[in-house]
Amino acid sequence: MAKFTIDEKEIDSGDETMPLLWYIRDVVGKHGTHFGCGQGLCGACSVILNGVSVRSCQLTVDGLDGAKITTINGISESGGNAVQQAWLEEKVPQCGYCQSGQIISATALLEKNPNPSDEDIDAAMSGNICRCGTYPRIKKAIKRAAQGGKK
Amino acid sequence: MNSFKVSRRDFLKITGLTAASSSFILGFDLFAQAKDPKSFSPDIFVEITRENIVKIIAHRSEMGTGIRSSLPAVVADELEADWSKVEIIQGYGDKNLGSQNTDGSRSIRRFFDRMRTAGALTGYMLEMAASKRLGVPQSECIRKNTQVIHQKSGRSIPFGDLIMIAAKLPVPDVKKLKFKDPSKWNLIGKQFKNYDMENIIKGEATFGHDIKIDGMLYAAIARPPVVRGKVKSYNQKEVEAMSGVSGSIVLPPPKGSVSFQALGGVAVLANNTWNAFSAKKALKVEWDNGPNGDFDSDEYQKYLSAEVMKKGEVKRKRGDYYATTKSGESYKQSYEAPFLTHLQMEPVVATAEFKDGMCVVWSPTQNPQAVQDAVAGALGIEPKEVIAQVTLLGGGFGRKGKPDYCVEAALLSKQTGKPVQVVWTREDDVKHSYYHAMGAMHLEASFELDKTLPTGLLMRTAFPGISSTFQEGALIDFPTILGMGFTDMPYHIDNIQCEVGKAPAHVRIGWLRSVANIQNVFALASFVDELAVRSKMDPVMFNEQLIGPDRVESKVPDGSEDPNYGESWKKFPLDTSRLKAVLKNTADKFDWNRKLPKGHGKGICVYRSFLTYIAVAAEVSVDSQGNLTLHRFDIGCDCGLIVDPDRVHAQMEGSVVFGISLALMGEMTVKDGAVVQSNFHDAPVVRINEIAPEVNVHLFSNKNIPSGVGEPGVPPVAPAICNAIYDACGVRVRKLPIRKTSLKG
Ligand code: FES
Ligand code: FES
Repeated sequence: MAKFTIDEKEIDSGDETMPLLWYIRDVVGKHGTHFGCGQGLCGACSVILNGVSVRSCQLTVDGLDGAKITTINGISESGGNAVQQAWLEEKVPQCGYCQSGQIISATALLEKNPNPSDEDIDAAMSGNICRCGTYPRIKKAIKRAAQGGKK
Repeated sequence: MNSFKVSRRDFLKITGLTAASSSFILGFDLFAQAKDPKSFSPDIFVEITRENIVKIIAHRSEMGTGIRSSLPAVVADELEADWSKVEIIQGYGDKNLGSQNTDGSRSIRRFFDRMRTAGALTGYMLEMAASKRLGVPQSECIRKNTQVIHQKSGRSIPFGDLIMIAAKLPVPDVKKLKFKDPSKWNLIGKQFKNYDMENIIKGEATFGHDIKIDGMLYAAIARPPVVRGKVKSYNQKEVEAMSGVSGSIVLPPPKGSVSFQALGGVAVLANNTWNAFSAKKALKVEWDNGPNGDFDSDEYQKYLSAEVMKKGEVKRKRGDYYATTKSGESYKQSYEAPFLTHLQMEPVVATAEFKDGMCVVWSPTQNPQAVQDAVAGALGIEPKEVIAQVTLLGGGFGRKGKPDYCVEAALLSKQTGKPVQVVWTREDDVKHSYYHAMGAMHLEASFELDKTLPTGLLMRTAFPGISSTFQEGALIDFPTILGMGFTDMPYHIDNIQCEVGKAPAHVRIGWLRSVANIQNVFALASFVDELAVRSKMDPVMFNEQLIGPDRVESKVPDGSEDPNYGESWKKFPLDTSRLKAVLKNTADKFDWNRKLPKGHGKGICVYRSFLTYIAVAAEVSVDSQGNLTLHRFDIGCDCGLIVDPDRVHAQMEGSVVFGISLALMGEMTVKDGAVVQSNFHDAPVVRINEIAPEVNVHLFSNKNIPSGVGEPGVPPVAPAICNAIYDACGVRVRKLPIRKTSLKG
């Protein structure tokens, strides 16, 4: 029995044991969190769990009792967080499929480290693959969000 | 109008589609309303409603190039519709829209004029309507911000208020239309808003995985590890007893050419994705591996490498290369490149509902008309009885132009009588792709004594062809593929010979972003760099001289069959002045002659592919341990007229990153007929910490007709890196990926 929240909504997952990714997508019905590898290798499924960017394909819901989970669909009111805004300004997305995960990881990074160096960005973002190759813009957008965010 | 009519309400009824997933089916409104006086649609691509909403059809697939915005923006610009209020409707598969095969870097090239015409035609009729309504000459009316304005009186009428009159007017002859002067363009060539980006950053975009149909089953399929393998037996009872599993179905292997047929295997159907995946994992299938069961890619590489050491079939011949080898000296080298796969971030997925002899398919596809044909063929119905809906694509790179996954979903829906979503795992995606061909290339150059430029060049290439996917047993690829980095070589050499070896296929072969240019341009441009070294010349200067004098080559090269990417040579000739300009300008931006730090090296490659001229300059370093670091890339692009500069810039940036992946780590291997790799741990792509800190894009925009941008940035990247490695440490890489060569000098 696990009780937790997804985007501030209380969830009781009963005796379900599926990975959080599929629970979010198929049971809760939110589809911003994406499936890319199912093995914790690509970051497309990233969500924020108690302030940390985690791979939702690697967590089963029965172990989440008491957790507070934020998905891309609950990260801000209508796309308004500083990271999302910076993403729009820098026009980061190409196909966009990896971008939910990228934004989640960048948001978690900036929460902890409002002024990340290039190395900090590399370290925090290297779990998120972008096959379209938007990395140069991701770096720029994170710096833009850092500057425009907390002063 | 549309060949297949169905009202939106009927459509919802037959499919049970829920409102949540309806954002991509609005196409039906447009087509079903042709005679609806509530709107005006003089051209299949445009509709204007009484509420003054301009709707424009995007008929090409969005996989990250921005095409779903750029082509409609051309219509809006010509029409003078306020872009911020335009509604974009994704077109489903319909031949009346023209080709929807979003492939070959040709969406803008093929449809730029068509989109302008749609805008101009609609606009002309609206002006005519305004002139009638106001009783003024049409010449005094202009269009602006979704309204027609009578300049003299300052009166303005929104488009929506004119549609009743416009709808009754005769459609003018296209030849009569006047087009905006390019200096008046307000979207084309400017920064404009991308239609999908906001949804993407909010996690609200609809990809193939996001389709949900009431009562839908989720399917996962254990496909034969070897192409043309068959199921002998499996633990059916055990798997069907698992929680949430509703059944299992055996699918047969392809008959005849593999084409876009389903691969076969055992499909398990369940009530959600995870239960389907779990059931698939629990499957114990005994396979009959069939005729390809002993295929081994290492052995095959040896075969290809031997094949290019002997004379092949001549595909281009200028002068007499072999005669030039009788005197003077020659330089010879051979190169190898591996199988590759797309690894687009969204594994392929399709949802289908077969009902009452019709099939609706929702998928992230690059080619909805191919979905219609393939699904119809598999189900024994007509293509027009297949409605192929297109979602956003989480990457494509060519994989999603091959609708085998749609066929699987359709077959399973027919057999179960329910809507079915087939979800491929990443492992499925890696192990059952249509692979970019591995290849061997051999090059020779002949020199007269003491000459720096060659008098003769021989290129041999051998790789299993895309042709084999469509013609069982084909041993040589289509002319169009041989025109990629091979028969199209742009050099000013008196004696050129291109020969191709025979290469049977044992896995499915398909196109991957930039196709045969990948292996051929790697070999050709590396070899040219070797020749520059041999002649003790600066590579930029050597390339310039090898390309030779300014000229416009508007004929098929030397009796080859090279179809020039499907465009006439006259319309899209090889213009060597553009090729040299992009080389020189890119070298200048890169500051080619600056002094590099110790251990650093620079490399360059220039090539024309997909009718676009690209140069890539790279700076790398190699330390004493042989560790490679990438420092900087400059990519220069001359693709003629640019519609959306930001998206072209993004494509070039992305091409460099894609090129880095394939150069450094791209490799798929096959043992006992089955692909060895399975997921991103053993089929890696570059991550953010592995690219160069500096990637500079230079767009040399001009007035030439637009060519293409999705692919041509990729081919020069690998040879530019390899040439830079040689410059840095003296090790010549002749085999991709680079990590297979020790760089320890
Ligand atoms: S899907 Fe979870 S890390 Fe790739
Ligand atoms: S934007 Fe396509 S994978 Fe990142």
